[in-house]
Amino acid sequence: MRPNSIPTFGAESVIKSMPIEVLMPALSPTMEKGNLAKWLKKEGDKIRSGDVIAEIETDKATMEFESAEEGTLARILVPEGTADVAVNTPIAVILSEGEDKSAIKTAKPAAQSVPSAKAQKPSAPAAPKAAEKSRLQIAPDPGVPDGTEMVTMTMREALRDAMAEEMRRDENVFVMGEEVAEYQGAYKVTQGLLQEFGAKRVIDTPITEHGFAGLGIGAALGGLKPIVEFMTFNFAMQAMDQLVNSAAKTLYMSGGQMGCQIVFRGPNGAAARVGAQHSQDYSAWYSHIPGLKVIAPSTAADAKGLLKAAIRDPNPVIFLENEILYGQSFPVPKLDDYVLPIGKAKVARAGSDVTIIAWSIGMTYALKAADELAKDGISAEVIDLRTLKPMDSDTVITSVQKTGRAVTVEEGWQQNGVGAEIAARIMAQAFDYLDAPVARVSAKDVPMPYAANLEKLALPSVAEVVEAAKSVCYR
Amino acid sequence: MAVAKKKPAAQPDAKSAAETPAKLAEFGKDQDIAAYRDMLSIRRFEEKAGQMYGMGLIGGFCHLYIGQEAVVVGMQMTLRKGDQVITGYRDHGHMLACGMDPKGVMAELTGRRGGYSKGKGGSMHMFSVQEGFYGGHGIVGAQVPLGTGLAFANVYRGNDHVCLTYFGDGAATQGQVYEAFNMAELWKLPVVYVIENNRYAMGTAITRSSAETNLSRRGLSFNIPGEQVDGMDVRAVKSAGEKAVQWCRDGNGPFILEMMTYRYRGHSMSDPAKYRTREEVEKVRTEHDPIEQVRQRILEKKFASEDQLKKIDAEVRERVNQAAEFATHDPEPDAAELYTDVWR
Repeated sequence: MRPNSIPTFGAESVIKSMPIEVLMPALSPTMEKGNLAKWLKKEGDKIRSGDVIAEIETDKATMEFESAEEGTLARILVPEGTADVAVNTPIAVILSEGEDKSAIKTAKPAAQSVPSAKAQKPSAPAAPKAAEKSRLQIAPDPGVPDGTEMVTMTMREALRDAMAEEMRRDENVFVMGEEVAEYQGAYKVTQGLLQEFGAKRVIDTPITEHGFAGLGIGAALGGLKPIVEFMTFNFAMQAMDQLVNSAAKTLYMSGGQMGCQIVFRGPNGAAARVGAQHSQDYSAWYSHIPGLKVIAPSTAADAKGLLKAAIRDPNPVIFLENEILYGQSFPVPKLDDYVLPIGKAKVARAGSDVTIIAWSIGMTYALKAADELAKDGISAEVIDLRTLKPMDSDTVITSVQKTGRAVTVEEGWQQNGVGAEIAARIMAQAFDYLDAPVARVSAKDVPMPYAANLEKLALPSVAEVVEAAKSVCYR
Repeated sequence: MAVAKKKPAAQPDAKSAAETPAKLAEFGKDQDIAAYRDMLSIRRFEEKAGQMYGMGLIGGFCHLYIGQEAVVVGMQMTLRKGDQVITGYRDHGHMLACGMDPKGVMAELTGRRGGYSKGKGGSMHMFSVQEGFYGGHGIVGAQVPLGTGLAFANVYRGNDHVCLTYFGDGAATQGQVYEAFNMAELWKLPVVYVIENNRYAMGTAITRSSAETNLSRRGLSFNIPGEQVDGMDVRAVKSAGEKAVQWCRDGNGPFILEMMTYRYRGHSMSDPAKYRTREEVEKVRTEHDPIEQVRQRILEKKFASEDQLKKIDAEVRERVNQAAEFATHDPEPDAAELYTDVWR
């Protein structure tokens, strides 16, 4: 499935005989809130099922909202122009044939009267606000000069800015992929690029991952610097041969004569409720391959600095983003040219008792777990790997030499996972410092289930990270 | 992509273009002599490679081009400096036709430091950006999107260079070929798809692998014109190639040439050749050999005497022997090369 291709059904009323509450709809798998951009019907208008009644702006796109009900639009509860309306908030009331306005009083305004899986889901991916707060306390990268002004922006905006800056800087950089141009990005990451750079450099491809990955690599062999967006890395399995056999190996096979400067980027791993074929984490797959560099940032600042570095890097770079993180806001240094080194981990939170190693969305669990552990008097040091290949073992080993304990966190599966690699490196290089075996927190060894409760169980959780950290501390 | 549309080329109906075969142009003396020398160079090189494989000097897979020489030699005559060539694993002939040094190619076959890839690529993976040769790709069909991407780069840069993308009848059944066809026509990319139909995908005859055995028609549903060409006649190859290359240079998009050709040797050196008869091979050799055709023509038209041709033969042999000598005695790569060229 491709995002946003879902028909936008109105929230259904559960009480037929009562005035019908129209609820703020969830228009994408990860939507938590949206802006009520415009009402297309006014109070008193007749409404038929299928009528577009409002325009709702999500963090990805402006979508038309169709009514699933028939009757009269009796009252608008949320005026147009209201920002950040939570999913399932009542936004209007529709009266069925024969009802009069007096019935409205009996309509309950409370959103919780309509149970939804989304509202019930307290798992980490569904709690961006808490994550944001925790994240905002992270110190900026050591490379950022003191006194640098920080601006707040979403991961999505940071990625877009990184691409735009590099496209302004170098005529040979262009972006191609499904829906990157006229649609403005399936996840809105390429928003505005078509307008600035035109159709020559922002290119919509057919749905043909194997083909356009190969075409992009060919263009790179010819000296261009493509940014190839995969709508999600789940679809990149179709292109795996080109990524591994053509992109990664050509430099070596040509004795250094001919390389491939190209970035493959897009969301990786689980979003929310999209099932087994759309929820896989490929961190371990790509970081297995010599010749590839693999980056998986967890903050907007890192995303910007590392994507710019990736575009300039003369090698093929796999840039793993995360859909859950796209809409989250972070402080980003306001610098003309913010480029971070590839292959350098970051101590995101200093601590002394246990080292937690994570990257990408895994950092969300790690940082929240560190907060929890602090309440129990355990000081956790959290390391954000940021780059998976080449992996910055030194930062990990230095930390483990200090703490003597380590926990890895990933949304990938455990067998042959990145955590297994980290554990092996710690064992090889810091064996004498270890006070406990390295613990791994990962996805469960099952395809991703769809049911909300099962999905939550399949993914790592803050509680599991806390438990693992306590176990290696023998607490 | 908008850039391709900025050049509104005269767009004759693809089908009618495909249905009008290129007129065969006779070669003059210089062309025939050059074709003879170039084809013979490939044949002698391949014979030597086969011999060296037998001696254990060349390892792994080694796919010889003997019998198909007219295809690359004829097509190369249609190119300009700056045009690109890319192919699959049966690539020795393409490299020599592009002007790559036989010493560097042979030394790569023997895995020596003087090889084009410093001994790290081998028979199937060699490149020369300088000579416009972009590999040398070991995964059947993978070079087709890659070559299409090289053509994309030409359009992006606004030049009129063309990419020749070679593949075989076996690769013509790969899905990514059609993904590339679609984008090439959609964006009017200057790529000539040269299908070298040597009748066998490894040991599977085309009639056993393909529902439509006329491979020149494989682009029809994308509106890509195509033409079947006698790939054993270097003149026919050149005539068809010129038309196709010009079609691309003029901004009309891709073109498919199906070269009807034949390989005399096995798929690779370890081919038991159970899938065809000796008689079949012998018939092609005696009746359609691409080099013998030119040789006869040269003699008939008195472009050269037997003695003059013998002199060319000797020169070609000498050059191949020098390559073999170099490839035999050049040292293996330094052990430190193991870890270089993974990243730049």
